[in-house]
Amino acid sequence: MGAFFAALIATLLVAAPSAQATTPSPSPSPQNFQNNISGFLRDDARAPIPGVRITAKGEGFEGTATSGASGSWTIGVPKKGTYEVQLDESTLPEGIKLAEGQENPRNVVFGETSTQTTIFAFGKGIVVQQGDFVQDLTNRLVAGLSFGLLLALAAVGLSLIFGTTGLTNFAHGEMVTLGAVLVFGFNAVGLPFWLAIILALVGGGLFGYAQDTGLWKPLRRRGTGLVPMMIVSIGLALAVRYIIQFNFGGATQQLPGAQSAEIQLGPISISPNNLWSLIISAAVITLIGIVLLKTRLGKATRAVADNPALAAASGIDVDGVIRIVWIVGGVLASLGGILWAYYRPGVTFDMGSQILLLIFAGVTLGGLGTVFGALIGSVVVGLFTELTTVFGAPADLKYVIPLGVMIVVLLFRPQGILGRRERVG
Amino acid sequence: MSMHAKDSTERGIDYMTDTRPIAAGGNTPGCKKRDPIVVAENVSRSFGGINAVDVEYLEIPRHKITALIGPNGAGKTTLFNLLTGFDTPNSGKWQFEGNSLAGVSSYKVARMGMVRTFQLTKVMGKLTVMENMRLGGSSQPGERLSKALFKGLWGGREKEITAQANVLLEKFKLDAKKDDYAASLSGGQRKLLEMARSLMVQPKLVMLDEPMAGVNPALTQSLLDHIKNLKAEGMTVLFVEHDMNMVRHIADWVVVMAEGKIVAEGPPGEVMKNPAVIDAYLGAHHDVDLGDAEGIKELEAELEADEESVVGTEDAGILSVDVIAAEVAQEKEQK
Amino acid sequence: MDYSSILSSAIGELISPTTAAYALAALGLAVHFGYSGLLNFGQAGFMAVGAYGFAISTLTFGVPFFVGLLIAVVASAVFALVLGIPTLRLRADYLAIVTIAAAEIVRYLVTTSGWTAVTGSANGLADFEDGFYSMNPFPEGSYLGMNNRDFFIRVVGWGLVVVCCVLIWLLMRSPWGRVLKGIREDENAVRSLGKNVYAYKMQALIIGGSLGALAGMVFTLPRGAVQPSNYGTELTFFLWTCLLLGGMATVLGPVIGAMMFWVVLSLTQGVLTGLIESGAVTWLSTIQAGQLRYILVGIALMLLMIFRPQGVFGNKKELAFA
Repeated sequence: MGAFFAALIATLLVAAPSAQATTPSPSPSPQNFQNNISGFLRDDARAPIPGVRITAKGEGFEGTATSGASGSWTIGVPKKGTYEVQLDESTLPEGIKLAEGQENPRNVVFGETSTQTTIFAFGKGIVVQQGDFVQDLTNRLVAGLSFGLLLALAAVGLSLIFGTTGLTNFAHGEMVTLGAVLVFGFNAVGLPFWLAIILALVGGGLFGYAQDTGLWKPLRRRGTGLVPMMIVSIGLALAVRYIIQFNFGGATQQLPGAQSAEIQLGPISISPNNLWSLIISAAVITLIGIVLLKTRLGKATRAVADNPALAAASGIDVDGVIRIVWIVGGVLASLGGILWAYYRPGVTFDMGSQILLLIFAGVTLGGLGTVFGALIGSVVVGLFTELTTVFGAPADLKYVIPLGVMIVVLLFRPQGILGRRERVG
Repeated sequence: MSMHAKDSTERGIDYMTDTRPIAAGGNTPGCKKRDPIVVAENVSRSFGGINAVDVEYLEIPRHKITALIGPNGAGKTTLFNLLTGFDTPNSGKWQFEGNSLAGVSSYKVARMGMVRTFQLTKVMGKLTVMENMRLGGSSQPGERLSKALFKGLWGGREKEITAQANVLLEKFKLDAKKDDYAASLSGGQRKLLEMARSLMVQPKLVMLDEPMAGVNPALTQSLLDHIKNLKAEGMTVLFVEHDMNMVRHIADWVVVMAEGKIVAEGPPGEVMKNPAVIDAYLGAHHDVDLGDAEGIKELEAELEADEESVVGTEDAGILSVDVIAAEVAQEKEQK
Repeated sequence: MDYSSILSSAIGELISPTTAAYALAALGLAVHFGYSGLLNFGQAGFMAVGAYGFAISTLTFGVPFFVGLLIAVVASAVFALVLGIPTLRLRADYLAIVTIAAAEIVRYLVTTSGWTAVTGSANGLADFEDGFYSMNPFPEGSYLGMNNRDFFIRVVGWGLVVVCCVLIWLLMRSPWGRVLKGIREDENAVRSLGKNVYAYKMQALIIGGSLGALAGMVFTLPRGAVQPSNYGTELTFFLWTCLLLGGMATVLGPVIGAMMFWVVLSLTQGVLTGLIESGAVTWLSTIQAGQLRYILVGIALMLLMIFRPQGVFGNKKELAFA
């Protein structure tokens, strides 16, 4: 354990000199700021409108941008807050006007994400494209599924760790962050993208391994209770989160290919990144499911989760299984982090802790410690997060609703969707 | 407590020597009792499709010591949990002194006078022995938030329960330890403390879950005596036990469970000879520990030497592994 | 490096209103966790409910100071009820997750732009402290180097700490406190003795939460502003660090813990900044020095929990777990 703390501090000190190398932004783009307001300008025929000037005022700051050839515009702003965004109508091309009912200037308020999108609609008296409720619903459903599955990657790992060791790991959010930060770091030093991803996943697994070997296993040996271990994980979360910030800086960075236009797949419009995320997480989760159900390792894992003492007595290497669970949990969390970096989009030092509670909500909804419950719970959380905006909830409250749902579900079905009731006494 | 004893003598019945029949009819599983304190009907509880408890009908006789025995996994502890409100059955109704207990929470059950102990002893290790005892005291005004701030409002009652606790601790030979943290007690002492603490509630029915488990043999004798004394003071006792010899020596009545059901009932001597019981213990479940022959002989010698220990129980009799084994062998030959 | 100013600002932290607020909130956590075993990871939420309850009732409804105070405490009691009803029957870790989620829900709700008129959204609320300072009995002047406003808030804040400590001490030595300590160790055993465990846990949750609400007000009054970003999960974790520093099952532990927390933070910050400015340390920027202290808090929390869970002054024998 002493070694673990030494390592923790060493990471901090060794990495510190390089801090200056990674913190400055790569280009004089609006990404000098951590946060930005952006949007696309398209006319009613969906053709881009370039050369329009937009200003944002607020928080003692004023910024201007001009829409590019693709119609996109971005204004970097120093902090999250409320900004008055105005489109200079005199710079609009001939024959194009703002659609009726389009507020200009309008107030843009930041929620949890560092990017706020605001869309100005144009046309001849056409109101915003909100008529197609069904289309909006299907788009959000798919997005919610994609988000839910990426949450599930982290939630399954958290649930496996909880099941086998009883630990509620508050540092799981930092394991998510680490995946995205490592990809950004490896990519920034010039490694090819695919190699950066592989190294980030390996790094996530190593972090899981190091945590178990250096910290949790010695604590289990000492017979430390679950509540003290939970508090230790909070300390670890704080330390790791700020070690990452120490080295990575407070700014939002983008992974390669983070911005992409939406593509049309039948009735659904989805960004290729989201589509990939959906496919990758679905495939990985299926793989985990098969491993758990069919292989010796999976059966051993379930046996340990069910009753560690009995599993040990029947010749299963409990510590070995737990070690593998930590490694797999680390890899899954890293992968979830990379996908989350594309979903938001952006990499920040606290991106993992932002979704930690949603991951918890997924795990709790499904029933603490059941892997398939965690999967279902996470998808429910993902869908709720995305769908609430369709039904008129304010966008800056979209993370509130799944958390509220979790509390209500606990009221009526405390064991979660798939959990079992426990015997007392 | 002494009040109970007075009551009994006034009515001219000494519970220790009361030899009237316990059952109202024949000693069949689920039979009616002359004077039941607990009546359970169709109580069932299943875990994941397996019926842990499935009791059609059961009455517990008042002012008697009833033993609940059965092999591991027979559902004894689960039945305890169900009766005391620590678990909810899938179906069934049960009553205590005529009051229905279905859906009554565990703390209310305890307040009605039905107090239990646990298989894994639950003492508060970080509280002193005396604080553990005081925690059991009933109707304490100082336990109400509205009065807790003012010692004047609860100091009097505190003195009363402290005196009550001192008497009990002395009886249970824990008085020397009363200012120690309970964590420093031995396993057997914790069992004693837990039992003494449950008596602070002044219960009518004491339910002991494996009171002898893990207790140092040197202490078992005094534990047995304590259990018998409870009856002398007018309480009813229901206890779960694995060790047949203990059961034999202190129980007035034995209820046998196997696979969640009541398979036999009756006075200990009769039940021990019941083929269904022997089958439940030795036929289907060879893993049940009846204790080794040496231990049994030793204990029997001890119990015989102590006159007190046989008061109010059936004749001590002889029971050892070889006797039961011989009986089983006989059974098999007959078949 | 100016050692005397580093030292004097560290000593200033000892009696700062923020330290008093931390002490009150950590005392609430001691009632929750140290005495009753309730895992409240949402104390920041209780503080936010107190601070906003007071600020909103003052600004939107124009109520006098003491009515605002009452509203803040009642609001936190209602918050405790809402959290306690679904979770107090469940295993301890459910309460942990629900409280931390509820605290975040509160923060999101006061940040949302939909209710800017009432909550001020991300910018928060300001100018609600006049009612408080109008009661200041100290005429203008210098009191131990402070002006009368600074002195008044310190007197009130620390006075509140003393009163609350005495009240909690009285409660915990009573049979009521004994039942709570019993619940902390084994709630089923307490239940089997005829005590309504659920009601006791709820009372403890409400009392600790009300202390959180008072802390929220003491925290926010000297600032003259309440902002949602101050009430994130990190605040809760700092409070836990204070609690663990001082010892969790004692009345004075949280107070001493809060003082130690702020003095140590102020010292490390002062020394680091001094070293950087003097050029002795070049591998750190002042921003990074600020981040370093969060890292230190995290590591301190882990080390305390592992090696000295009873706190710097606590008694290991009385610890709920070991």
